[in-house]
Amino acid sequence: MDRLVEIRGLVKEFYGRGLVARRKGAVRAVDRVSLDIEKNTIFGLVGESGCGKTTLSRAILYLDPPTDGEVRFSGALLGALAPAQLRAFRRRMQIVFQDPNSALNPKMRISDSLEEGLVNLGMPKKQRLERVREILETVGITPAHSSRFPHEFSGGQKQRIVVARALTMDPEFLVLDEPVSNLDVSIQAQIINLLLDLKEKLSLTYLFISHDLNLVAYLSDRIGVMYRGRIVETGSTGQIMDEPVHPYTRDLFASSLSVGGALSREAAEQAGTKDEAEEEHAPAHRAGCPYSGRCGQMDSSCLDREPELVDVGDGHLVACLRTGPGAADRGAADRGAEAQPGTPKRSSNVRNVFPE
Amino acid sequence: MADGHNGTLLAIEDLDVSFQLEGGTAYALRGIDLSLAEGEIHSLVGESGSGKTVTSICIMGLLPEPAAEVNRGRILFRGADLLALPEGERRRTRGRQIAMVFQEPAKYLNPALKVGEQITESLRLHLGMDRADAVTRAGEILELVGLSDTRRLLGSYPHELSGGMKQRVMIAMAVSCEPSMLIADEPTTALDVTLQLQILKLIRDLRDRFSMGVLFISHDLGVVHQISDRVSVIYAGKIVESAARERLFGEPLHPYTRLLLLSIPDARRRGQRLRAIPGRVPDAEHFPQGCAFHPRCPLAEEICSREVPESREYAPGHQAACFMIGKKWIDL
Repeated sequence: MDRLVEIRGLVKEFYGRGLVARRKGAVRAVDRVSLDIEKNTIFGLVGESGCGKTTLSRAILYLDPPTDGEVRFSGALLGALAPAQLRAFRRRMQIVFQDPNSALNPKMRISDSLEEGLVNLGMPKKQRLERVREILETVGITPAHSSRFPHEFSGGQKQRIVVARALTMDPEFLVLDEPVSNLDVSIQAQIINLLLDLKEKLSLTYLFISHDLNLVAYLSDRIGVMYRGRIVETGSTGQIMDEPVHPYTRDLFASSLSVGGALSREAAEQAGTKDEAEEEHAPAHRAGCPYSGRCGQMDSSCLDREPELVDVGDGHLVACLRTGPGAADRGAADRGAEAQPGTPKRSSNVRNVFPE
Repeated sequence: MADGHNGTLLAIEDLDVSFQLEGGTAYALRGIDLSLAEGEIHSLVGESGSGKTVTSICIMGLLPEPAAEVNRGRILFRGADLLALPEGERRRTRGRQIAMVFQEPAKYLNPALKVGEQITESLRLHLGMDRADAVTRAGEILELVGLSDTRRLLGSYPHELSGGMKQRVMIAMAVSCEPSMLIADEPTTALDVTLQLQILKLIRDLRDRFSMGVLFISHDLGVVHQISDRVSVIYAGKIVESAARERLFGEPLHPYTRLLLLSIPDARRRGQRLRAIPGRVPDAEHFPQGCAFHPRCPLAEEICSREVPESREYAPGHQAACFMIGKKWIDL
């Protein structure tokens, strides 16, 4: 298989401004992430808000260059390129943002927004118009409307236009950062179908970022689960769906509410993670496993060292200290039983305060 | 279960609300019927602009006047028409008997007041508690919604809290006076999935504890499936279908409900195309003639563009408004 994007040990740190803040040390938003994205596949990245999904994608595209680590795009090391060379690579990788309202300049006609990149390439006007026409048709927008302003379109149409703009440069790789989260339910399906069609038609490769596990599992070939800047589990969609190993992945599945999905309402009720209040007071860099604070299966060994990603079979990688030979079976066996320790905490609280 | 006036907490009858805008009139609600039984969780599902939030602020009596106009209808709360109450009495109901939780807690908590001051305000106002009692009670309520270290929390400002904690504080404020009805307007939309489930459980626990009726407003069918006893689907200012949860998800009748359920991505349907609903939600200034869904409906016939379908009962407690039910079926 052909790898389009290879990421090795990517780290992104942010420093505070000024001398005092700088001395406090950096916030590590992305921590030693390694992953590969094969050509013409969809890699789905899931995680909660603040886990570093967006930071990672921006670092991959060198919009915010990573602090450490390597990104290779079709074999070329992006960090080693001169700015002009990097610009040439930028054409081949584009990004679609979550909110189409803020992604389009309200004062520019959409034809101008779409042409902008082509102008930079030095394409003559006539060809540019032809290209914009063609792309708008591809995404299902009437080309005759290209002289309109963004506010004249609905949310779904605007998202189509944002996708069109990313496509004008004829990229190979698209980062889709929560592209449907801001859209209505009935419109989401239209955009998802469009993205899947475009992928086939233009042989694109996607990095699809979302907090919605159902959606990611529906369209991805491989999935990476991110927690606190780290990939804690990655594998093919089948592996992640059928045998999730990391407790966080399982908690995510338990919390993701689908209509008549794998989990019944009662099962979802049983699942759940620890109190988030405890989590919020936890230091960002505690020793041991970063998930230990919320994990229902935590024991003292989890605090000893940080778990590394380990292959549990066929490229299914898991970073959990309790994962060893046979851990997947053990996990499956006590998946039902584990519900008790973490969950009833709140309800027992309630009873203590107001005895019945 | 909810039949007869005895068990009914809130009954909305033929409610019609419009807004005068610069460019014309927006018909936000076009004759809504909805009833909430005591202790029931009734979800109102719909897309943006369908009239969910207008319904809730109309019950609270917070419509921006004079832009908004109630043209028709009644909102009966335990038999008394809220719309006919004088403002003073309305104010005493609001917060005391009907409380509301909003989507973005950050927007509805006063950033300049400590959490304690905000919770005690309604306790002192509605229940006439003195300061010390109110503070004690506020602490108990915060514990009840699953927050610990309440002393410190009462002295904190909203910005010191995380999103999940803020939403819990909002809920604590809402239930502090033990209201008999809670309106929850997309209370989990701004939260992460793992927190979302906790907040849903909390709302259910509180419902059990105070036997509140809950009007739960959401666009997310997964969330609605999790929490509801009964579900009503709203489209373009009209309720198109209403049924008990199992029936609505198991045997949906209206094409809009059926298509909505089919358009949700589900990992088990990998590789299949999603059944997208063509077109888009109409805006309230230009609702189509006849059945508002007909331009997007695969079953629509000539009558659908001409006449407005009446809501009919197809099974006990299961109403839908569509001409084609029983005549045509969407092929799955």
